[in-house]
Amino acid sequence: MKEKIIVKNLHKYFHDLEVLRGIDLTVTEGEVVCIIGPSGSGKSTMLRCLNRLEQATKGTIIVDDITITDKHVNINHVRENIGMVFQSFNLFSHLTVKKNITLAPVDLKKMSREEADETAMQLLNRVGLADKADSYPSQLSGGQKQRVAIARALAMKPDIMLFDEPTSALDPEMIGEVLQVMKQLAADGMTMVVVTHEMGFARDVADRVIFMADGVIVEEGPPNELFLNPKHQRTRDFLGCVLDHTAPPAEAAAD
Amino acid sequence: MDFSRVLSDATLLLLQGLKVTVIIAVISLLIGMVIGFVMCLFGMSRIWILRWISKIYIWIIRGTPMIVQAFIVYFGFPQLIGMFVPGFRLEAFSAGLITLSLNAGAYLAEIFRGGISAVDPGQVEAARSLGLSSARTMVKVVLPQAFRVAIPSMVNQFIITIKDTSILSVIGLADIVNKAKVYVGASYQFFATYTIVAVYYLIIISILMIVLKRVEKKMNYERKNNRKKPA
Ligand SMILES: Nc1ncnc2c1ncn2[C@@H]1O[C@H](COP(=O)(O)OP(=O)(O)OP(=O)(O)O)[C@@H](O)[C@H]1O
Ligand SMILES: [Mg+2]
Repeated sequence: MKEKIIVKNLHKYFHDLEVLRGIDLTVTEGEVVCIIGPSGSGKSTMLRCLNRLEQATKGTIIVDDITITDKHVNINHVRENIGMVFQSFNLFSHLTVKKNITLAPVDLKKMSREEADETAMQLLNRVGLADKADSYPSQLSGGQKQRVAIARALAMKPDIMLFDEPTSALDPEMIGEVLQVMKQLAADGMTMVVVTHEMGFARDVADRVIFMADGVIVEEGPPNELFLNPKHQRTRDFLGCVLDHTAPPAEAAAD
Repeated sequence: MDFSRVLSDATLLLLQGLKVTVIIAVISLLIGMVIGFVMCLFGMSRIWILRWISKIYIWIIRGTPMIVQAFIVYFGFPQLIGMFVPGFRLEAFSAGLITLSLNAGAYLAEIFRGGISAVDPGQVEAARSLGLSSARTMVKVVLPQAFRVAIPSMVNQFIITIKDTSILSVIGLADIVNKAKVYVGASYQFFATYTIVAVYYLIIISILMIVLKRVEKKMNYERKNNRKKPA
């Protein structure tokens, strides 16, 4: 299997604060990796380093054989191939749903206007929102917004999709519809890195679950192993609190 | 207090002045928008010299009264430049235009900056993550949203600039206030003349506000009405 993402000894500082303290990670083609861990452990920062929304302080990141930590790399070109979905959706508020989806493919000359419109409608069908093509983001529910955001990312036909807590800002009754779309995406063979608190999703969909704490990967493995038989006390504490929702330890409580 | 006399004697004169007022205000607002936009971009530039140029320019304009700026441009510049180019002089209109443009430019730069910083950084991250360059992100995502936010303050600045034109009558700009001053000097019809001048200002500014309200409404309509035109 081809290695899509290789992270070697990744360190990230915000001023004096060392947020990532030596991360090593490899994601192969078609793999779904879920990242869990307490708030502030560096999950988002790690994910954002993968498309250089954050600049790594030290270490190497290779995406599709391109060393993106190299300053001379045309990062815009690499990003076309990496979709990202944010916790807060970040739909372009001045554009309709359809224009949100077609903006990048047309502007970056990946598609003609007609082709992009067609692709947008196909994607909207896929996420069940074809009737919202001409709506503005402000007219959508949270779950609908996030499904549009996924469609927008997919319009660039990326090889890799990054998700940063895609359901954390949603009302409980809307989480399912977004996870459903992500499940389908995983089933279609997309390479995915998902930061999530949805343990059910991680258990059902992930090929591998990574537990992060304090800027390092504490433990990783297939979901069954990590959830049922965690090796580290740190992992047990965290899982104990998120799975039972009882007596959360202080560090994991913030979210 | 003879309104009918002032109207019959001075209407032509005042309308001449009004024309100058409107022309200088419109041109300097157009130039001011260009200056403001450039200075706003300078202010956000990665190049420190450009940032400082923008900072110092805005600092000077905001920190000094426009009447002093007008004196410097009208009396000071010709003296300064005259040392190198003998006989150089500036018309009151040109000097007024320069002063008013520089003035509007500084305030508009701040207004644009405010509009841009009001755009959620998440919007930029989303655009960048799709592969758009920072320039394309600016054009396609940031500026359209910033513009919408900035409209009310821009309208406000338009109004201020139109009214501030009157200050330039002190350097001899033949605007409506200057014409009125000339007329009352001979006729002593202070109340009637200046009341009529005030009414002219009100009319001009009301027209401006109505037009801009229409524009603003139209933009909001396009945004809110989801079934308008499937582009
Ligand atoms: N731009 C920034 N500047 C300074 N510090 C930052 C910045 N972004 C993140 N941090 C800090 O880095 C640490 C890790 O943040 P990060 O967002 O990666 O955590 P996380 O694991 O995603 O947490 P959460 O589950 O709350 O999203 C935190 O202590 C945070 O305060
Ligand atoms: Mg996070």
